[in-house]
Amino acid sequence: MSEGSFEPRIIGFLCRWCSYPGADLAGTSRIKYPPNMIPIRVMCSGRVDPAFVIKALADGADGVLIAGCHPPSDCHYQSGNIKAMRRYPLLLKTLEQFGVEKERVRLEWISASESGKFAQVVKEMRETIKQLGPLKWGKGAGE
Amino acid sequence: MSDKPKVAFYWCASCGGCEETVVDLNEDVLKVVGAVDIVLWPVALDFKRKDIEAMADGEIAVSFINGAVRLSEQEDWVKLLRQKSGLVVAFGSCAHLGGIPGLGNVTTRELIFQRKYIAVPTVDNPAQVFPTVAVTADGHELELPSFYDTVKTLDQTIPVDYYLPGCPPPSDLVWNAVAAILEGKLPEKGSVLAPNKALCDTCSRNQTKPEKLAIKEFQRVATGTPDPEECFLARGYICLGPATRSGCGERCISANMPCRGCFGPPDGVVDQGAKMLSAIASIIDSSDAQEIEGIVNTIADPLGTFYRFALPSSLLGRTRIGG
Amino acid sequence: MAQRITIDPITRLEGHGKIEIFLNEAGDVERAFFQVPELRGFEKFCEGRPAEEMPRITPRICGVCPTAHHMASTKALDDLWKVEPPRTAKLLREFIYNTFMVEDHYIHFFFLGGPDFVVGPQAPAAERNILGVIAKVGLEIAGQVIRVRKECREIIKALGGKVIHPVFGLPGGVSRGMTEEEREKFMATARFAVEFAQFALQIFDDVVLKNKEYVDLVLSDTYSHRTHYMGLVDDNGKVNFYDGKVRAVDPAGKKVAEFAPRDYVNHIREHVEPWTYISFPYLRSVGWKGFVDGANSGIYRVAPLARLNVADGMATPLAQQAYERMYQVLGGKPAHATLAFHWARLIEALYAAERMGGLLQDPEITSEHIRNLPTATPQEGVGIVEAPRGTLIHHYQTDGKGILTKVNLIVATNHNAAPIAMSVEKSARGLIKGGKVSDGLLNMIEMAFRAYDPCHACATHALGQTPLVVELRSANGDLLERISNLVQV
Repeated sequence: MSEGSFEPRIIGFLCRWCSYPGADLAGTSRIKYPPNMIPIRVMCSGRVDPAFVIKALADGADGVLIAGCHPPSDCHYQSGNIKAMRRYPLLLKTLEQFGVEKERVRLEWISASESGKFAQVVKEMRETIKQLGPLKWGKGAGE
Repeated sequence: MSDKPKVAFYWCASCGGCEETVVDLNEDVLKVVGAVDIVLWPVALDFKRKDIEAMADGEIAVSFINGAVRLSEQEDWVKLLRQKSGLVVAFGSCAHLGGIPGLGNVTTRELIFQRKYIAVPTVDNPAQVFPTVAVTADGHELELPSFYDTVKTLDQTIPVDYYLPGCPPPSDLVWNAVAAILEGKLPEKGSVLAPNKALCDTCSRNQTKPEKLAIKEFQRVATGTPDPEECFLARGYICLGPATRSGCGERCISANMPCRGCFGPPDGVVDQGAKMLSAIASIIDSSDAQEIEGIVNTIADPLGTFYRFALPSSLLGRTRIGG
Repeated sequence: MAQRITIDPITRLEGHGKIEIFLNEAGDVERAFFQVPELRGFEKFCEGRPAEEMPRITPRICGVCPTAHHMASTKALDDLWKVEPPRTAKLLREFIYNTFMVEDHYIHFFFLGGPDFVVGPQAPAAERNILGVIAKVGLEIAGQVIRVRKECREIIKALGGKVIHPVFGLPGGVSRGMTEEEREKFMATARFAVEFAQFALQIFDDVVLKNKEYVDLVLSDTYSHRTHYMGLVDDNGKVNFYDGKVRAVDPAGKKVAEFAPRDYVNHIREHVEPWTYISFPYLRSVGWKGFVDGANSGIYRVAPLARLNVADGMATPLAQQAYERMYQVLGGKPAHATLAFHWARLIEALYAAERMGGLLQDPEITSEHIRNLPTATPQEGVGIVEAPRGTLIHHYQTDGKGILTKVNLIVATNHNAAPIAMSVEKSARGLIKGGKVSDGLLNMIEMAFRAYDPCHACATHALGQTPLVVELRSANGDLLERISNLVQV
């Protein structure tokens, strides 16, 4: 696969109260953004167990987005987003030790009205990960 | 011809500690020996491979296999034993999760060679000789076996019926397992033969845990001294208790050293390291992104600490090769 | 027609191995290969780990001698962080260490190598093991063997947390101390251990030394090599397992080196062959001359007989008596009879038992001052102890935060790799004539390595496999068949 034709597969864990509606709004507003992200709606960014991110990467994703409500006060459950915030640097540090570049996993705060931001983030992730190349974890990572 | 069930012990990439734990049954080992017919135990008995090959399929009632799998010879042996055995028990952390040899999954054969044959200060190798797969020496053509880049658990190699966790499994757990097998009182297949609780649940220091753990800086035993009775996590010493199955009797804890997770996680947890990551993240005392990053930097080696025994069994399994 | 004989797997040792023997037309041994198919990679995968975790990682090199790795590692940490442990910590460490030497030496004598003597080297395979020993010596004596090991191991468990993979070692000290109540209990074990050690030597006397056939075997040329020797000695030149300087002597007993742990790099080199994974340590000053004996060959041996050969004596009285007697019987120092390793091992166990009691009598051993915290920036450290199976070297380099950047381990049995290969080949040549082979005879070849009490998990921590290569050659040298037991990946 030539570098030019590689299209990253990005899994997006989007919170039900802010980021997922924000993504929807991008759609209804006909904002163009690349189709590389597969959205998964979670109730809160705090619901995203680090194992979800790791599993996504292990099962073939080239990148993962976690998106939630703006701290400190937008989270529907008060502090779910703070929990996500606490996990993120430790997750990145661990993934780096595994050889997964930290640019592949991104934590963003996207409100229900920030459709433009959502589109921008997806575009940026696609470009960055295209540069990094495919992760191809399951294939040839072992033997 | 003996009526006693046939039992085999075998070791793969292992240290021999699982053999020692059986010997640590002390007088009880004689009871075990009296109740079964041990047909293979290289550390103690002189049976050879051909003796096993000569057996019928399923003739061995139980094979206890310890050690991780990283050589093709080990793979051959465990497949042979699987064929000849009714039950196979993954004995000890290495067979169960990959264990310490599983840390080999942070590196590759190539990097190991570079270190051992060139870079180590005591090696005298000016011609940069490397062991190679096929070479001629003194007129003899010799072959070297190659070995896998990646360490595998036993159940990544053959189907496994039960798991005895621990590094090594404590002798009392071994005894209970042997008794259960001989009496036919085993739980459902695939079970880990130890309680299904987290270590914190049975740890004597649990009562000293405050309502909320809040850490501004993680500690290392190199430069600090844990209190002999207080919960390690309460002071910021990383202890894998929250993500580790109970059943070991908290032996390390009693010597005032934190848990490193050798029993693996309780049921339902797919990736012990990720669970521990989550647990540690949850006790970081900050809501500010930059401060959180600073606190995370006080954790010395997340991969090697959270995945100390379980790297091959984890979701990612190993570090990335190539790029 | 030429013949190939395979012993697979070798048994009654710690670790994996195969012996391949090629016979020529006349049925005599042309070549014998000793192969160790193990590999794990500790020196590489420990890079990136915090140094203080090494006493908990490196014991997994070997579950039979984990305390040895734990101790060498802990001492390397003291050196790395330039921190001197308080006297109590040193007493505790040395006490645990000698307790460990007692029980480990007995697992070898009664379970691993000893059965060959007690039951007989050519006894049926099904009897050549601990069960055969029990049948021969009786349940009461067997009970004593189990008891001495059990009590010693209970001590290690009490102080070290676990006996298989203890956890108590820290830079600058230990993680927990000894109470007065424990000291009294342990004293009873120490006394019993001394009694048992004398009893074990008596067994050796009755079973081996009074049996002319065995004595001839021990003294035979088939099982003998004139090599250099290496071991730790204390300030008085006596055997010490926990601490001291490393001393090497030549085959005539003359001292050729004595150095502090930090200097090991200047004295030891490892030889690499393209056809094997195991490295072969040798004395740098003498040089590598191939797999040969003699004063001009840098090959040296380690472990019990070697330690007694390099030292000026034993630091405790009963052991000293036993030491003198052994050399009297063997005809002087140094002794080169490989099978005498078994004898020296029992003498060492007696010393260790006496030392246990001696350390327990020191009132400071129950003090609470068990740790001095490091304050220096870590950089590089070396820790050396005498493992039951030989000199054990742990060498760590770290960054300023104590995260490992480089690790070098030279592990006991590794030093004996060349001697073991030589011993196996020599015994095969000496024993197999005219193609006559039997199970008992093959076992006698295995006895050549068992005397060293090899630990292949240790020896192959980094790189493991000498190849299983079997070559069948006709009498005129044509290659008839090449068999490799390991699949190429």
